[in-house]
Amino acid sequence: MKPAFLLPFAFIGVLCGQDAIVFQNARIHTVTKGNLTGSVVVQNGRIAAVGETVMAPPGARIVNLNGKHLMPGIIDCHTHIALDSINEGSVSVSSMVDAGEMLNPESVSIYHALAGGVTVANSLHGSANAIGGLNVAFKTRWGKDAAGLIMKEAPPSIKMALGENPKRAGQGGGSQFGQQQQLRYPGTRMGVEDVIRSAFTEARIYQAAWKEYETKRAKGLPAITPRRDLKLEPLVEVLEGKRLVHAHCYRADEILMLLRVSQEFGFKIAALQHVLEGYKVAKEIAQAGAGASTFSDWWAYKMEVVDAIPYNAAIMHKKGVLVSLNSDDASGAELMRRLNTEAAKVVKYGGVSEDEALAMITINPAKQMGIDKYVGSIEPGKQADLVIYDGDPLSIYSKVQQVYIDGQLYFDREKDIAERGRKAALKNGLIEKEKADEKRNAPQRPSSGAKPPGARAEASAELLAESAAGRRPQ
Amino acid sequence: MCLRCSILFALALAPLPGLCAAGPSAPILIKDARIVTAAGPVIDKGSVLIRDGVIVQAAPSIQAPAGTWVIEAAGLTVYPGLIDALSAWGIPTAAPATAAAAPTASTLARTQTAQPRAQGPEDRPQTASWVRAADLIQTSDRRLDQARSAGFTTAITFPKDGIVAGQGSAVNLAGATAGAMVLDPAAGMYVSLRSSRGFGGGFPSSLMGVMAYVRQLWMDAKWYKTAVETYEKDPQSGPRPAYDRAAEGVLNAKRVLLPASTRVEFERTSRFAAGLGTPVIFYGGHEAFRSIDLIKKAGMPVIVNVKWPAKERDPDPELVESYRSLEARDKAPSSPAELAKAGVLFAFTSDDLDSPADFIKAVKKAIDAGLSKENAIAALTINAARIYSLDRRVGSIEAGKIANLTVVKGDLFDSSSKVQMVFIDGVKYEPAPETPTPSGGPGSGRRAGPGLENGSEVSR
Repeated sequence: MKPAFLLPFAFIGVLCGQDAIVFQNARIHTVTKGNLTGSVVVQNGRIAAVGETVMAPPGARIVNLNGKHLMPGIIDCHTHIALDSINEGSVSVSSMVDAGEMLNPESVSIYHALAGGVTVANSLHGSANAIGGLNVAFKTRWGKDAAGLIMKEAPPSIKMALGENPKRAGQGGGSQFGQQQQLRYPGTRMGVEDVIRSAFTEARIYQAAWKEYETKRAKGLPAITPRRDLKLEPLVEVLEGKRLVHAHCYRADEILMLLRVSQEFGFKIAALQHVLEGYKVAKEIAQAGAGASTFSDWWAYKMEVVDAIPYNAAIMHKKGVLVSLNSDDASGAELMRRLNTEAAKVVKYGGVSEDEALAMITINPAKQMGIDKYVGSIEPGKQADLVIYDGDPLSIYSKVQQVYIDGQLYFDREKDIAERGRKAALKNGLIEKEKADEKRNAPQRPSSGAKPPGARAEASAELLAESAAGRRPQ
Repeated sequence: MCLRCSILFALALAPLPGLCAAGPSAPILIKDARIVTAAGPVIDKGSVLIRDGVIVQAAPSIQAPAGTWVIEAAGLTVYPGLIDALSAWGIPTAAPATAAAAPTASTLARTQTAQPRAQGPEDRPQTASWVRAADLIQTSDRRLDQARSAGFTTAITFPKDGIVAGQGSAVNLAGATAGAMVLDPAAGMYVSLRSSRGFGGGFPSSLMGVMAYVRQLWMDAKWYKTAVETYEKDPQSGPRPAYDRAAEGVLNAKRVLLPASTRVEFERTSRFAAGLGTPVIFYGGHEAFRSIDLIKKAGMPVIVNVKWPAKERDPDPELVESYRSLEARDKAPSSPAELAKAGVLFAFTSDDLDSPADFIKAVKKAIDAGLSKENAIAALTINAARIYSLDRRVGSIEAGKIANLTVVKGDLFDSSSKVQMVFIDGVKYEPAPETPTPSGGPGSGRRAGPGLENGSEVSR
């Protein structure tokens, strides 16, 4: 393959092609436009061209991949990594809280996910409430502050949850060490439905109050601004189709319940999350236009998931549901580092094609998150989020070599390995320094049986501290 | 003259506090001291004249008027009275929050422990925005003595229970009555962003819940203001807004204090603060050394906590510490130096220290890590005053300012230095004896006639 590399114009590159990269000799999984061996041109953070032969912009950096695999960055539609708090569990409707505010850009889980090829993560509020808090979609741009991680193009979304988790606190399931606990409504699946319906009814009233106010104001009539309610505002956005819903669910009956309620209030479910009994009601899910984000082969961790099967993703997919696979990782990026092999399991169990399996961790979750215009496949115009594997991405033997986000290199396996020694030394230096300081500042040991010179001072310091705390009887 | 001395002496020790505050007093001249004015160059040898609780003059040479008490202060250094920018001195500590313990009148007034668990922001959980520290001051608090002994004359002291704990008040650390101590009763609102209740304990139970609550409360306060104004103009304009003491408390806050110690918190709190619409002061600041860009961008002052992060005692031997926490322990004391270099307005807090006596020792660590003594003094005096807009009255040794002075033998930051006396509103206090007598007891620091004990002064 001969790249059309225009040497005479190379000097222009200094001016215009500085950050352009051409990945040559790559086995490209575009996900949406098939597979090919060829080149991908990246310019200004976006994919400029894909093809067996491409025009290299002058001054572009040429990276010969020598047959390595290139795929779009992996997208995890359901995770909880890098959040300093996940659940506001005190109330059944916690839509006033924003998990995005909890994003901790220094959480090493971000780097671990990145090293596993994940470039976009949907960190969700927990599942303790029928209607949970707001979620955050971010790119794993390790090293940036929170503002630099957040994917601004992503539409806002909210968490909902059905079944055991939101009703547990209504049954005393959350109490610890036998302590008396005030129960929180609801305690049944019926109650969960009621909470959702009540909340959206309240949101409609709130919406109407604002509309009335705006109409009055437009007519120039006197009107008091309604009080802003941070709990109801996101629900109005859901009703108006401006905020996506990611709903935690397991059982077929509760899935159908939510589809009915959402139709009653006129909103769509962007993704039913977990949805382990989705295969039982796949037709209904497809009809409702809801997405499904599930696990490959993870179940039996509680009563409501005993009916799960590893064919869930494949069956839903074949029935026309938009399916993605997620990690649900919270304390560390564990499953998130190997979502590629999660996709591979769907090939094994459900017989879906390899491309369709890759779609379940790239373009499909992108669609569920409303970001498929920007990411999720290798197509000209999309953001250059790319993963380089040394082998087929669906093989457990393949390792991520490099990860690019917006055309910038964020992970490089070789560099990581090379840096480990230096980083360990840096850390060791601090440990040794602290030890040396401790030694220097340690009280002198008495030479013989004599009373240590510091003893009296210490005792009086204790006295002082005690008296400061007001513990000494007066 | 002699008559006058004895009158003054009697006044100074009078058991009737009201009398003291009202009575005229003789001028006092602190003579031949090194004077760190915090308002210009150090006067290597000079005098400070104070009268009626106010600084009259600080200059290399002052002609004292007749009847002036003179304190021969060669070898002593006079500083502006030190200020604790975020304190709890004088505020009674909360009773332990057990169900069995009967809440005291003050804790009941400040917290809502008696209320059932909150169901949402409308229940105003863990809020006491209407409370002011000035109304809680206990003059018998022995920390006031200890703080004076450590060289402090002023504190911005806060109630700290709950999420929105109440307004802090700027107080001098001595006075005839609690009310006489107050410089500004409403210095700023203390917000902890910390829920004292766990899972199952009512709203809010998480950091994001707390932030959502505070945001809603501030929003409600703004709405309340317009609603009340509209209603007062025209009672038929709509339903009468319900009285909301929490919103009123928020509306009365000139500024709000929010925690930010790590870099992540600086970013998070800055964004949060921008939405409140009330000027913000950060407190914490341990990772300021690597957050300067964020702090400068936010443009808010920082009150640095000098309880520097320390290694946990008897840590889990299996524990692998992160580079970040090792780095924070190593570099936290360099934060003030970095803030000074960046031109950020900052001060220090006694928060988390066991005793006021540890304060200067802890600031010394920041000096060891690169902070200049001048900047350390500024942070302990004029800059603390600036943060709370008190700088017209306290914070430096200048004519017209309140006569709050700290007099030290040697340099404040020398390990051998000793606080000799402090002046608060022109009244002299001497530190408690070094080693407390076994019986201890309150009030060991003494209010004294001007230096009658050490006999080094003469009257003219």
